[in-house]
Amino acid sequence: MKKVFIDSAVSISAQNTFDTYGFLEEIKDISGKTVSANYPNYRDYIALAASRRMATAVKMGVTAASKALEKANLKQPDAIITGTGMGCIEDTEKFLNNIISNEEAFLTPTPFIQSTHNTVGAQIALGLNCKAYNNTYVHAALSFESALLDAQLLLQQDEGKHVLVGGVDELGKEIINYVRLMEDRDSSGIQVPFSEGASFFVVSSEAKEAAIQLVDMEVCSTASEEKLQENLKGFLLRNKIEPFQIDVLIAGRNGDAFDVYYDSASSFFENATELHYKHLSGEFYTASSFGLWAAYEILNRQEIPKPLIYKDESTSEINTILLYNQFKGRDHSFILLKR
Amino acid sequence: MTELKQELKEKIIEQLNLEEFTVADIADDDALFGDGLGLDSIDALELIVMLDKDYGIQLTDPKEGQEIFKSIAVLADYIADKRAK
Repeated sequence: MKKVFIDSAVSISAQNTFDTYGFLEEIKDISGKTVSANYPNYRDYIALAASRRMATAVKMGVTAASKALEKANLKQPDAIITGTGMGCIEDTEKFLNNIISNEEAFLTPTPFIQSTHNTVGAQIALGLNCKAYNNTYVHAALSFESALLDAQLLLQQDEGKHVLVGGVDELGKEIINYVRLMEDRDSSGIQVPFSEGASFFVVSSEAKEAAIQLVDMEVCSTASEEKLQENLKGFLLRNKIEPFQIDVLIAGRNGDAFDVYYDSASSFFENATELHYKHLSGEFYTASSFGLWAAYEILNRQEIPKPLIYKDESTSEINTILLYNQFKGRDHSFILLKR
Repeated sequence: MTELKQELKEKIIEQLNLEEFTVADIADDDALFGDGLGLDSIDALELIVMLDKDYGIQLTDPKEGQEIFKSIAVLADYIADKRAK
């Protein structure tokens, strides 16, 4: 099987991660119930005529994808694979509200057309005039991981050489407030703001100089803490990696009661530096793509921004990173990267 | 009639998300489709729904739309003549 490498990574997030050469140098303190992404100047990437019908997720996705291709010096990918938990929720809300307020009459086409989850992948393809394999995965907190897994399989089986893959979610205006209310009913809920973002990557089966390898990944919908530990042991064993060889563990902690899963995973890696990121990116179904972006930058730059550090164990070189994410005790994922 | 033309320009900008335009940018005789505002077939559907919802005018013949949506001036004349709301 072919190996899989990450050629480029681009993130639009609540932090200044897009229009900068720095790496989380200036941190925006995010607080409150919801936090919007730090939007780039879309006009640099999307023609005005095309952008007027695009909702936030589409604009973020198309822009991040465009820059990821640019950074990888790639004009046409062999596949476009997108993961999104909530899809174009803004237009979905608009369309459903119109149905109610207009008593099922006077429905306009734009919010309906743009409300489907695959709008982001479709708009990227339209912009590139790319007729290659195009798929969108909608699987809650495993949406991005499912897309990445598909990309990995395509490359490993030599069905493509360069794949554009990304995770994207937008806040929307209404449903998110109800979700927030549910989270805030007691202290065991999610302790970071809900947010949004788009992180896109070009993954390839051709190794470039100083390439970052996506060694392996594993997903699992439900697991007890014991089962999680078993899965983790099996994952490391399969990849012939001892726990001490993991330099950095990146955990998707969001402060809720289910962070015990991260404590459980963390206990395996006493000598590893542990990082967290959702206090910077906010929580959303595809927030783990921000985690992968951070891991890529850390391996590339050999530098860990201080705000990411949860538990510091100084390491001279960072060669191996394990990402672990879960949401509400479900949708567990491991991603193993190597320099 | 001037008020109606102003109202139509505001509605078109808002409903079709013409972010780059202001009311002052749209002349009464500017073409709405093609070289003018550059509207397309999806916008035509949006305009048909707007006519029905806001003015009680139902367009049944698509060919009629080609003529009515020529410019703000033509559209305003048509609405003033046919409006039920």
